[in-house]
Amino acid sequence: MNFTSYLIENPLNRHIMKKLLILGAGTAGTMMLNKLDKRIDKKEWEITIIDKDDTHYYQPGFLFIPFGIYKPSDVVKSRKEFFPRGTNFIMDEVEKIEANKNEVLLKSGNKLDYDVLVVATGTTPVPSETEGLEGELWYKDIFDFYTFEGTTLLAKKLRDWKGGKLVINLAETLIKCPVAPLEFAFLADAYFTEKGMRDKVDIQYVTPLSGAFTKPIATKMLSQLMEEKNIHVVPDFYLEHVDNENKKIVSYDGQEVEFDLLVSVPTNMGSDMVENSNMSDEDDLNFIPTNKQTLQHKEHENIFVIGDATNLPTSKAGSVAHFEGEILIENIMSFIKGEPLEAKFDGHANCFIETGFGKAALIDFNYTTEPLPGQFPLPILGPMGLLKETRINHMGKLAFKWIYWHMLLTGKSLPVSTNMSMTGKKAPKPEMEKPPVENKKEKVEKEEVIL
Amino acid sequence: MDTITINNEAIKVNEEGYFTDPSQWNEDIAKEMAKQENIELTDRHFEVLNFLRTKYAEEVPLSIRKVGKSGIVDIKEFYKLFPGGPLKISSKIAGIPKPVSCV
Repeated sequence: MNFTSYLIENPLNRHIMKKLLILGAGTAGTMMLNKLDKRIDKKEWEITIIDKDDTHYYQPGFLFIPFGIYKPSDVVKSRKEFFPRGTNFIMDEVEKIEANKNEVLLKSGNKLDYDVLVVATGTTPVPSETEGLEGELWYKDIFDFYTFEGTTLLAKKLRDWKGGKLVINLAETLIKCPVAPLEFAFLADAYFTEKGMRDKVDIQYVTPLSGAFTKPIATKMLSQLMEEKNIHVVPDFYLEHVDNENKKIVSYDGQEVEFDLLVSVPTNMGSDMVENSNMSDEDDLNFIPTNKQTLQHKEHENIFVIGDATNLPTSKAGSVAHFEGEILIENIMSFIKGEPLEAKFDGHANCFIETGFGKAALIDFNYTTEPLPGQFPLPILGPMGLLKETRINHMGKLAFKWIYWHMLLTGKSLPVSTNMSMTGKKAPKPEMEKPPVENKKEKVEKEEVIL
Repeated sequence: MDTITINNEAIKVNEEGYFTDPSQWNEDIAKEMAKQENIELTDRHFEVLNFLRTKYAEEVPLSIRKVGKSGIVDIKEFYKLFPGGPLKISSKIAGIPKPVSCV
């Protein structure tokens, strides 16, 4: 329906406000609030945002806390600080969405109706998904660094740790900020080297992936770095349980890795609210089936999903939420005008990878193009080296904190194109088109080689 | 793009040996593919292979966890049926592309 003409053509309804509701005031939700506040006609629309508390964490900073690079106080601010003036903020938890009634039920028992709903409820680590992970060693010898509590307790632990087997393990392939565990390994190497005790620490990186990373060209570069830094990668290890008594992790096919200190990246799941609303996809990970181009809910046309809450096949990361935001604002504006959703998200992600000793690498990719080497054009700081370690990249990573608080959350445009650009990237040479195989003997040989 | 010959049929595969045209698949070809992985296919295997093919056709991204939640096998049995890398190996035998992990 075209709401604008409905309101204008029906004088009796002129004072009925339409309601836009945002669930979640994290990176994606706050950004959308600011963008909508600038664009939407506030004579017609009332915007409300809901979150359970007033604490906004700068989550990319969690990585630096264990190594004393950031203090806990560097990453905490009030959510309200980033809301436009006059924002209607409800502090409550969402119990469920009743999409057929266009209603949201809150934990307090209150109900809110909506015309358009934006879901930005994110993802959290759920250690209880793995047997023994949250057992007696949890926060004694086993830590996560994706929560404020986990990362601050780990910082304390590392300060007095005497060394031994440090195991970094990913419980699942699908995790928030997929490069963070690699960065943790690199920074741990630098931290213990600088403390003069690297020889007392054996660092192992145990992953369910078949290599250090997912995409081939980036994996090659990152595997080399792991080797140079003497970090041992254990691939194809899919965690079944943690044996607290014998201090080892055990995979589904019976592989075992012993640890003295386990830094775990637990299974990541979307909000319980998603499950309560019957909106989870088939992994039961509570991520919401979302149109990967328009960001519209796959079943309900007036619900849009952004950030880590979606099931999109790209990284769960702040940069992705930002690029999605640029698309989603256009599509919500089109939707409320009754126009087709024409903005299309390409899966663009852009991530710095801290590699320790004041250097970092940068990757830039989308749904179809894997991270490639080359140069990334960027005003002032750039150009930045893609897939290689430089000091400028590290400066970029540190500068990002300022950009996050002052530009990203407040919905300003960044000097980076929304859709991924091939400018500066070096694509691998396409393989020569092979001539069709004529004779049978050659065919058989090929078969042997490939299988 | 390469071509391999199984049961006298020329199958189009990528450089890692995954089918590029899932419609070229049939059960006999699957049995031959499985032999290369030292797996003798049983009805149990085929239940998994058919699940993977159905999900692939529906454009549902696949993961070990998803197979474990399918109600067909749990993750332990999945590993027993296709030892090593169960999802990678079963996808190859099922004649579908290698499942992509999201970056």
